[in-house]
Amino acid sequence: MVRIIGILAGLFFSIAALWALATGAYTVASQGYLKEKTAETEFHKRPRALHLASDGPFGHFDKQQVQRGYQVYKEDCSACHSLRHVAIHDLEQLGYTEAEVKAEAASWTVPGVDPNTGEATTRPGMPTDYFPSPYPNDIAARAANNNAVPPDLSLMAKARDEGPAYVHSLLAGYSEIPASLNQEFPDFETPPGLYFNPYFANLNLAMPPPLNTEGQVTYADGTKASIDQMATDVAAFLVWTAEPTLGKRNQTGWPVLGFLLFATILAYLAKKQVWASAKRRKV
Amino acid sequence: MSFPWAQHYQPKAPLMRWLDEKLPLPRLAYNAIGAGYPVPRNLSYMWNFGVLAGFCLVMQIVTGVILAMHYAPNAAIAFDSTEHIMRDVNWGWLMRYSHANGASAFFVVIYLHIFRGFFYSSYKAPREMVWLLGVVIFLLMMATAFMGYVLPWGQMSFWGAKVITGLFGAIPVVGEPLQIWLLGGYAPDNAALNRFFSLHFLLPFVIAGVIILHIWALHIPGSSNPTGVEVKSESDTLPFHPYYTAKDGFGLGVFLIVYFAFVFFMPNSLAHPDNYIPANPLSTPALIVPEWYFWPFYAILRAFTADFFFIEAKLMGVLAMFASILVWFFLPWLDRSPVRSGHYRPLFRKFFWFGLIPSVLVLGYCGGSHPEEPYLMLSQVATAYYFLHFLVILPLVSAFERPEPLPFSITEAVLGSDKKAVLGDNAAAAS
Repeated sequence: MVRIIGILAGLFFSIAALWALATGAYTVASQGYLKEKTAETEFHKRPRALHLASDGPFGHFDKQQVQRGYQVYKEDCSACHSLRHVAIHDLEQLGYTEAEVKAEAASWTVPGVDPNTGEATTRPGMPTDYFPSPYPNDIAARAANNNAVPPDLSLMAKARDEGPAYVHSLLAGYSEIPASLNQEFPDFETPPGLYFNPYFANLNLAMPPPLNTEGQVTYADGTKASIDQMATDVAAFLVWTAEPTLGKRNQTGWPVLGFLLFATILAYLAKKQVWASAKRRKV
Repeated sequence: MSFPWAQHYQPKAPLMRWLDEKLPLPRLAYNAIGAGYPVPRNLSYMWNFGVLAGFCLVMQIVTGVILAMHYAPNAAIAFDSTEHIMRDVNWGWLMRYSHANGASAFFVVIYLHIFRGFFYSSYKAPREMVWLLGVVIFLLMMATAFMGYVLPWGQMSFWGAKVITGLFGAIPVVGEPLQIWLLGGYAPDNAALNRFFSLHFLLPFVIAGVIILHIWALHIPGSSNPTGVEVKSESDTLPFHPYYTAKDGFGLGVFLIVYFAFVFFMPNSLAHPDNYIPANPLSTPALIVPEWYFWPFYAILRAFTADFFFIEAKLMGVLAMFASILVWFFLPWLDRSPVRSGHYRPLFRKFFWFGLIPSVLVLGYCGGSHPEEPYLMLSQVATAYYFLHFLVILPLVSAFERPEPLPFSITEAVLGSDKKAVLGDNAAAAS
């Protein structure tokens, strides 16, 4: 009885699935197999490969590079983008001394409370402060940016496919609309206030090219600030902001795996020894 | 319980004798996982995964309890509290990555455990109850994992919760009120997050309870084995300790190496980047997918793209998705072949390796892809096969198949001869 009901139920679900298949096949036969081509499907590019010191199981932070990335963030990105998960004292991890971090903190203006009146005011930052947001709220951010909210950057390197490479390609990837795109999709246009960027999913991006001239920042360590260099450094910086513990994670991993390998070899030998008697044991 | 030749617990130290009289816990352990539990001597490494699954549960509970000390189940701060764990809590990143990847590890292990059961028909008498309890554990695991994924309150958390609770909305008449009742609102929000956290904390302990029943039910007939031939005499078995404790110890070591390689070196490789974006009800991600371990079932859900007579496509998908797991409950009565092991079932074996396994892999792949052609057609074919396999092919194969000859006993399968086993010590002692 169970089997008869089972066979009927099985046929029911299979035929329903095949019915959906037949319907889908009919649609494909009548309308063609491929989905509609759009400018986005044809001209969106995957990020270019980017190699950073933080890649892979031996990854660690190139502190000098991350410091340069911080400089680009501070002088350029921070005008619009917040970094709300990162505290200013975290900079000590990048090799700044306590005094340097204190001075650095003071160069940021953070929201505060007037001790005499209780009114909202601003004050110089302290190392315990988090990096301040450029806008008091999303509405202010929208108002200042053509109705687009600049996203928080703390986790950007983990919140996109191939995060660091994406950041690098996007920042250095602004271009004119290619002629072939205009030929293939004459209707495609970049509305005023948006900017064409093939690395952005729908090709038109609200962010104006943030890195547009060589030497936009003057690196303290003398590195030549080409657009590509600045984009790479910011990507490295955002890998750090997304996961400051990355270096420690990789460093911890190797001894753990080494110990486990050792313990597993011992466990294997113990198993072999114990079972040797079972192979002999007839009864 | 257990076989007559099982060794008996004999406490030697006075303290142990005292304890044995008051609370015989050491005796329980001795009879369950010690020398007092005889196990078939021919178990392969495919029999390691029960112990590994138990280990995963303990790992998840330990890391989970620690995470719960720092996590805040409130929609306004849940995302930030997760980042707080990653950045400020000592070794918080290790706890969270161990927990997130631990869920994946748990499902890897449990799928191998379940498919071992399919191949060796571990569900057959006298182990039906073991199997039924196992399916219950799997369902509880799915609920727990789903609710856990909602807790970080990222984009995929939010939209995953919305899609999955939306399934209940497909039920006729009561669907919509039911969905609102489950969520505590019209869309996932603080009420949903709070109850998910509460249940995510509770269910693992329910799972632990059902696991105790699962093991209890297992220890009545004892483990099955790769030949599927039942234990006949003492020579067919070995005491669990030290033989299988040693074997499980080695298996655990291999498992931990792979698991911690993921935790330390690619902790986000199985997760979705969108979940590092805070939940935003106003912005739908381009592709909403659950975690990889739900992809086969998600593919079945999405495979039904056309209304089937009077049943709406969406409802059909929901019914099929639930049926795809519920059908496992009926396996002991659908598969009537007297032979258990796939090694001695030529026809069954072919359908297993060339039918079931590919169809589940195809479903898994399609479930993680965009719901478009050719993935929809592939998942429709695979779904059709999946249901045919369990509900039509298994009953028919078991009626028509001619199994290959079985070994007389486990001892013969291992040693090539069974003379000793027939006239074994017990036979001699009995006569």
